[in-house]
Amino acid sequence: MTTEVKAVTPTYSEAFQSGVREEMNRNKKIFILGTDLVERGGHFAQVKGIAQEFGLKQVRDAPISEAAMVAAGMGAAMYGCHPIVDLNFIDFSLGAMDEIINQAAKIRFMFDRPVPLVIRATSGVALGGAHHCNSLESFFAHTAGLSLAVPSTPMDVKGLIKTALRNEDPVVFLMHKKLSGIRGEIGDENYFVPFGKAKTVKAGTDAAIITYGYSVVTATKAAQALEAEGISVEVIDLRTLYPIDQDAIDAAVTKFGRVVVLDEAPLFGSITAEIAATASERNFKSLKGPIVRVGAVRAPLSANPAMSEAAIPSVDQISKAVKQVMSY
Amino acid sequence: MSNLDKSTALSLLRQMMVIRDFEETADKLCLRGKVPGGMHNSSGQEAVAVGTLSAIAKDDVIATTHRSHHHTLAKGYSAKSVMAELFTKATGISHGRGGSMHLAEVTEGHFGGNGIVGAGVGIAMGAALGIQHIGDKKIAVGFVGDGGMNTGRTWESINMASIWKLPLIILVDNNQYAVETFVGRVTGGGDLAKRASGFGLPAYNIDGQDVLEVRKYVTEARERALAGEGPTFINALTYRYYGHNVGEKGQYRTQEEIAQWRTTQDPIDKFTGVVISSGFATQAEVDELRASVRKEIDEAVAYAESSPEPEIASITQGVDSGKLGVQL
Repeated sequence: MTTEVKAVTPTYSEAFQSGVREEMNRNKKIFILGTDLVERGGHFAQVKGIAQEFGLKQVRDAPISEAAMVAAGMGAAMYGCHPIVDLNFIDFSLGAMDEIINQAAKIRFMFDRPVPLVIRATSGVALGGAHHCNSLESFFAHTAGLSLAVPSTPMDVKGLIKTALRNEDPVVFLMHKKLSGIRGEIGDENYFVPFGKAKTVKAGTDAAIITYGYSVVTATKAAQALEAEGISVEVIDLRTLYPIDQDAIDAAVTKFGRVVVLDEAPLFGSITAEIAATASERNFKSLKGPIVRVGAVRAPLSANPAMSEAAIPSVDQISKAVKQVMSY
Repeated sequence: MSNLDKSTALSLLRQMMVIRDFEETADKLCLRGKVPGGMHNSSGQEAVAVGTLSAIAKDDVIATTHRSHHHTLAKGYSAKSVMAELFTKATGISHGRGGSMHLAEVTEGHFGGNGIVGAGVGIAMGAALGIQHIGDKKIAVGFVGDGGMNTGRTWESINMASIWKLPLIILVDNNQYAVETFVGRVTGGGDLAKRASGFGLPAYNIDGQDVLEVRKYVTEARERALAGEGPTFINALTYRYYGHNVGEKGQYRTQEEIAQWRTTQDPIDKFTGVVISSGFATQAEVDELRASVRKEIDEAVAYAESSPEPEIASITQGVDSGKLGVQL
């Protein structure tokens, strides 16, 4: 009798731990600073055990002072360290917006000094209401000097955080809260995912959905449902929003001419608007009809689970959007 | 006045004269449209800058405010490179990208002026965290005005420095007016040192018109910081002779009040008295010193005038490293 032990693959949060551990082992100038990191390991267990392994100098529990946390990371980065400031929820970055947007993002341009800083936070819509579910991607992507990672798999979490920690730019690293517990393979210590390189999650022949974060999951569900109806949809995961993989977007637009852009942010002024506008400027003649954007309603998120779900794209809505582009 | 030797005394006096002449000259040039975006004149506040910067090491870190010409000159940067930056020329200390409010040379510990009130203490606190993390024998000074004393994040940063015993000096360059708002009207409790002492660090209200007093308190604070005993708060009471910005026609204070400070509390006059009474120089020698300063500032203006403008084609260069997209 043979016993086959199937190894349990790491979670999305454990993938972050793994990438950070590997980089901390080779670079003592990396440290993590944030609230409730030492005992709790962060609100999503994203740094669980790292303080116990590396000590309290490498993992600092901070007071709930978002502006000072980011300032601490930024000043230390300017001095020569490579801090990870963990804000737990991206909603809390709003108390540190000057530090992020006016200061950290602009120092390299004004003073010719890199700011090697990672601001990690969990983002996206889950339960928790209006102050724990903001999708603020467009704020950061809009700001010159910031780069923005939005991984959807354990593999990409590890590969992207390792790339961020080997570079010298301020990076906002957003992990979707509904993905915290998903499991998957991760790369070894030499596996890096470059920024600005999208990934085809599911191949298709009729239309493309361009998306990122948890929406990769809903897009894939929609694509599977549409498969049964004879519509073959390609799902493209952007993985980073700045730099953005314009080549992959151009390729999808020219190949299919039928494109849906999807995320969980309110539509007005969102990343999906940016992608659609740029696509029409660059490849208007390839489009068989307008790009359809699917996003959230223009309202704060509600605590009520059904209301919260209704605010963001459903599988049905995504399927309808694909059918619309197929109707051209 | 123990330990004050002739060469130190003359150096302190000359630096204060450089600042005064620089500011009064730049003010006139600004009115003639030579300083794009305007500037903030620090005349009257020379002793705070020179007393502080003369008491710290050349490679200690400072981060400062929108009114920072005096701190920058006192840190040892030439009137030429500062004047050229006010003119936003390519030869300026920030290569024309910063201007009057963003003087910096981060590699040498000048972490920048700042356009946002209250931002400097946080950046200096972060630098102090970097110093502590790496284990260097340096300190950081965060300059802040009386206006910045009412920003919440300044106090977040002071608290963080206190709990982590960071090698930081919080130096309040208290010129008593936040634009047109008198500090006494907006300071709950009235006593800034008392407010700071609640955060568990030594805190002093001192005479900011006495260069030797400032120097003494900063010297002691630096020793504490280097000994691992943490931050010190120093509120140096001073006065600005001109408006918040060049060309201001404010009615918020009386001419009598300004004249009173100028005639009885002028930091250069007071210290000139010390220099002469100590036998370090005669009045004639002081006059010669002033003439040499005049020549230096004239040369700085000529340098700024004749310097080239930055290359317009460089406007998007140096925003980020451009390397995050490289496959490692």
